[in-house]
This record gives sequence, C-alpha cells and structure tokens, in this order.
Amino acid sequence: MNKKLLSGPYLMWMIGFIIIPLALIVLYGVTDRSGSFTLANIISITTEEHAKALWLSLLLSFVSTALCLILAYPLAMILRSRGIGQGSFIVFIFILPMWMNFLLRTLAWQTLLERNGVINGVLSTLRLPSLNLINTPGAIILGMVYNFLPFMVLPIYNVLMKIDDNVVNAARDLGANSFQVLIRILLPLSIPGVVSGITMVFVPALTTFVISNLLGGSKILLIGNVIEQEFTKGSNWNLGSGLSLVLMVFILISMALIAKYDKNGEGTAF
Amino acid sequence: MGQPLIDLRNITKSFDGTMVLDDLNLSVKENTFVTLLGPSGCGKTTTLRIIGGFERPGKGQVIFDGQDITNLPPNKRQLNTVFQKYALFNHMSIAENIAFGLKIKNKPKPYIQDKIKYALKLVNLDGFENRSVSSLSGGQQQRIAIARAIVNEPRVLLLDEPLGALDLKLRQDMQYELIRLKNELGITFIYVTHDQEEALTMSDTIVVMNQGYIQQMGSPENIYNEPENAFVADFIGESNIVPGIMLRDELVDIFGAKFACVDKGFGINKPVDVVIRPEDIDLVSPDQGSIAGVVTHLIFKGVHYEMEVMTPDGFEWLVHSTDMFPVGQNVGIHVDPFDIQIMNKPASEDEEAVGINE
Repeated sequence: MNKKLLSGPYLMWMIGFIIIPLALIVLYGVTDRSGSFTLANIISITTEEHAKALWLSLLLSFVSTALCLILAYPLAMILRSRGIGQGSFIVFIFILPMWMNFLLRTLAWQTLLERNGVINGVLSTLRLPSLNLINTPGAIILGMVYNFLPFMVLPIYNVLMKIDDNVVNAARDLGANSFQVLIRILLPLSIPGVVSGITMVFVPALTTFVISNLLGGSKILLIGNVIEQEFTKGSNWNLGSGLSLVLMVFILISMALIAKYDKNGEGTAF
Repeated sequence: MGQPLIDLRNITKSFDGTMVLDDLNLSVKENTFVTLLGPSGCGKTTTLRIIGGFERPGKGQVIFDGQDITNLPPNKRQLNTVFQKYALFNHMSIAENIAFGLKIKNKPKPYIQDKIKYALKLVNLDGFENRSVSSLSGGQQQRIAIARAIVNEPRVLLLDEPLGALDLKLRQDMQYELIRLKNELGITFIYVTHDQEEALTMSDTIVVMNQGYIQQMGSPENIYNEPENAFVADFIGESNIVPGIMLRDELVDIFGAKFACVDKGFGINKPVDVVIRPEDIDLVSPDQGSIAGVVTHLIFKGVHYEMEVMTPDGFEWLVHSTDMFPVGQNVGIHVDPFDIQIMNKPASEDEEAVGINE
C-alpha cells in the first residue's frame, strides 16, 4: 500500500508527460487533417526531400559521434592517469561551458564562422583569402562536437576511474605492455561508458534543429529542421508527427545495434 | 643455495617527502616462504611493489638472480603478484583470466588448455573454467588470482595481504593451502601481512618491519622466542615488557626481585628490557614465587584464562594460564630461566622512535 502511494506521483508524471504526449504523436502521425486513418505521413519519408534530410542527419550525427569518441577517449585516459584531484579539476574546466546557455554557445560559433565573422576578419587583416565556413556540413559537425563532447567525456571518464589500478597492475604483471593493457583491459572494461557516451551524443545530434538552423543556414536541412518546420511554419502537425515516428524508429534501431556490444546493459536505457 | 635469488640493496623510497623505506637491505633465498610483517605504513607493501616493479626505488638496486632489474617494468620481470583485492578481470571468464598471461606470451592453445586445467586442480576449483568472476566467493576469487599467477611459472610469487578480505575460518584454510602450494610448486613466496599469526603459521623466514626499517629477521620460533627489541616483542604475540637490571650473567633484577635467566654478556649492573610471554608465567602461592601480587582481572578466553596480576611496584602482569585464580587472590609469580628474554635498552632516542608506535 505504502509503495503504491509512493509511486503515485511518478505514475501520474509518466502518464501525463510521457504516455499521453507519445500517444498524441502516434495519433497525429497516422491520421490526416480530417482525422481519418492514413499512412501517408509516414510514407512521406520516402520523398526525395525528406529522405535526403534523414540521410544527412544520420551521416552528420554519425560523424560527430565518431569525432567525439576519438577526442574523448584519449582525454579520459589522460584524466585517469592524472588521479582523482587533478583529474576532476580538468573535468570541471571541461564542463564549465555547459553551464552557459546552449543557444548562446552556438550563436558564438555563428559569429566566429560567419562570412564577415571573426575568423574571416582575422584572415583578411592577414591578407589571406576568406573561407566559406558557415552554412556547410562541416560547420554543423563542429557545432555538434563542441556542444556534445562533454556528454561523451563524462561517462567514459567515470567508467575508467572506476577501474581498480591493481587490475591494470595485474595485467602488466602478467606480461602485458601498455598497448595490450589498453586493448585487452581498459577498452573492454570501459564499453559501458562508451555506449552511454554514444547514446548521449548520437540521439541529440540526430534530432537537433538548433545547431543546423544557426550553423547550416536554410540550405542544409536536417530531419530535425523538416519536422520543426512542419510544426511551426507548415502547421502540418500530422506530417511532423509521422516523420517524428520514423525518426524514433531509427533511434531505436541504432540503440539496439549499440546495445549488442554492451552485454551488461550498464550504458543504455534498455 | 649460495647466492640469494632476490637481493634488495640500500633501497630508499619516499612519497611526497615522507620517507617510507630507509636504506633497506634484504636477501631472499630460492624456494623459501618469506613474510614481510608489520603494522600499516611500515613499508612492507612498498617493498613488495618495488620487487614487483610497480614502484621505482628512489635509491638502491633490486637484484634478481644476479641481474639488476631495478628499472625493468613489471611485464619484463620473472615474478608474478597476487593482489590484495584479487584484481581479477571481470570481463573475462575464469579460464580467460587464467590464460591471460599465457596468451600474451603467445603460448600454443593446447598448452594453455592444459595449464588452465592444471592450475584449477591445484587450487581445488576443477571445472570452474566457464564460470564468471562475479559468481565466485571471495575465497574462490583469491584462488583464481593465485592460479592466474602461477600458470606463468614465476620463480617468485609475491602476495600482498591476499587473505585480508576473507573471514577467519577461510583465512585459516587458505593458510594451509598456501603452504601446500608452495611445497608443490617449489618456488619462492614473498608474502606481505600485518597478521602475526599468519606470519608465524606459514613462513620459513619472517621479516618484521616498522617505519621503513627492518626490525628483525629470522625463523618464526626465533622471532617469537628471541625478540630483539620491544617493538618485535610487542608486535609478535602478547608480552610483558618490564625494565630490569642485569646484575651479572644469568641473573636479572626485576622490581627488586632476582630472576635466574640464561642470557649472558650484557655486563654488570646494566639496565635492560625484559620480555616475558604471558603463557610463560606460572602463578604459585605467594611465598613460593619470586614476586608476590594480587589478581586484578580475570577473563575466560576459551583455551586459557587471561589474568592480570598487580605487583607492589604497580606493574600489571599479563598472565595466560589454564588454571583459574579469582580476582583478589594473592599469588606469587614464577618464571623459568629459559622463558626470560633480555633485550638491550634502546641506545638512543632515534632508535626509540623506531619502537612501539601502534
């Protein structure tokens, strides 16, 4: 009885803010404006414009996630070797920008990369040709990596810090050199952290529309932008919901693929 | 025989300006069970880690079988370590754990399979190949850690308080297991512990350490019966350490009473420390003993009674006896001459600082 009372608020939260909205999205997604059942919203992903946006989104978030992983793992290793005190100070410095507004940070990049922005300003004073930085896929990837990198560093750092030094010592004792220690001990033991890092970077990167709006301009449409536009400018909630459902399926598929490598299920939501 | 297998020469080590080992010299012969014994912070684990290669000494040399290995990393040393909290690889099966060192050395598969079987048999865990680490109890995990080390056929096995996390009964069983293992393998064990009973049970040689110095080195009997200073006497078992005056050879004065002993060569009227083990004190009737006193405490300990006897000078003697004397009874204290151990007083304050600090 007591337990039921305690879980009451959470149950109401789940129903009110998760189940009902999700059901509404599904309902909108499979109906047309007049309210009758249709699969047209979902099938519209196959139109060239939408398929291209989805493909580009998948590509850019995949590249961003990979870059984050490549940057974060060595950093987490360095932090581990620094020990608790110094390591956590560096982590603190690292996540400091996260305390600033996400929009503000991305706007700062816009100012830096713009045609008449800071970087091109510096280049022109040096009498160098100006670069076409903004409104490119590269700019979007840069924005994603910059904003999401801490979400990759933290879980990997946490899981690496939890590995007992003597486990590493034992491996060295048994004849493993530093490279073998990394491949056979540290990497496999840090998989849960890597998996949750990938999840925490890939999913927001796949669904973002702010970064692509600010750094990609109107030329580069990601699936997030398409959905956003259907809800705001297009006022076609049915189409937006249908595309959201498709996106959710893609996220589920990617997560299932990742979860295959995380036997203990420590890193994912599953 | 002949030259020692491991020779530590003038090892000095400090962490953040705190001296942990000061000019330590230690020789270990092949095929012996050597225990480094001391309170926490005495430098015993640091000594082991220097032998294992996990720490570099500030000064001094580590000689292994005649070769200087001071700067050799752990993976290049012919010895293996069993760590305090097992340090097993949780992401591998038991068989993979044991095979780790052999796979690194690219041994052929059939050889590795044989070795796994042999090692599991040796630690009494046949058939555990495919179990996961987390399904094992602490004692079983420790056996796997030992198996993982010995398949590499090290010439020396280093053990860092391997039984520290186990309960009493299991600890005692594992002590016998370790002695058996050492005899079957015929290799050198260097064992670190703060448990004096463990040290006495298993070792051929005990090295008693305190504050970075070796206090005494010898066989368990030698360490227990002939402690060289108050620290060793106090750390190894319980003891009464009383001030005395060596009147002449084989006669010592304790609190004004004369006791016959077997020690010689201390000089005449020389102040000394006298060690008498609680179980070596015989309680007799007041007129028969060397000193008279009164029983002030009595506790039943199972195997024996523990009593405290107050003598007129105010010293409380700790006595273990199977005979019971009630509190308040007047008794006499008698000690056989060979049960009295005479030690020099610490020569200087510096030496005193090395003494009892627990």
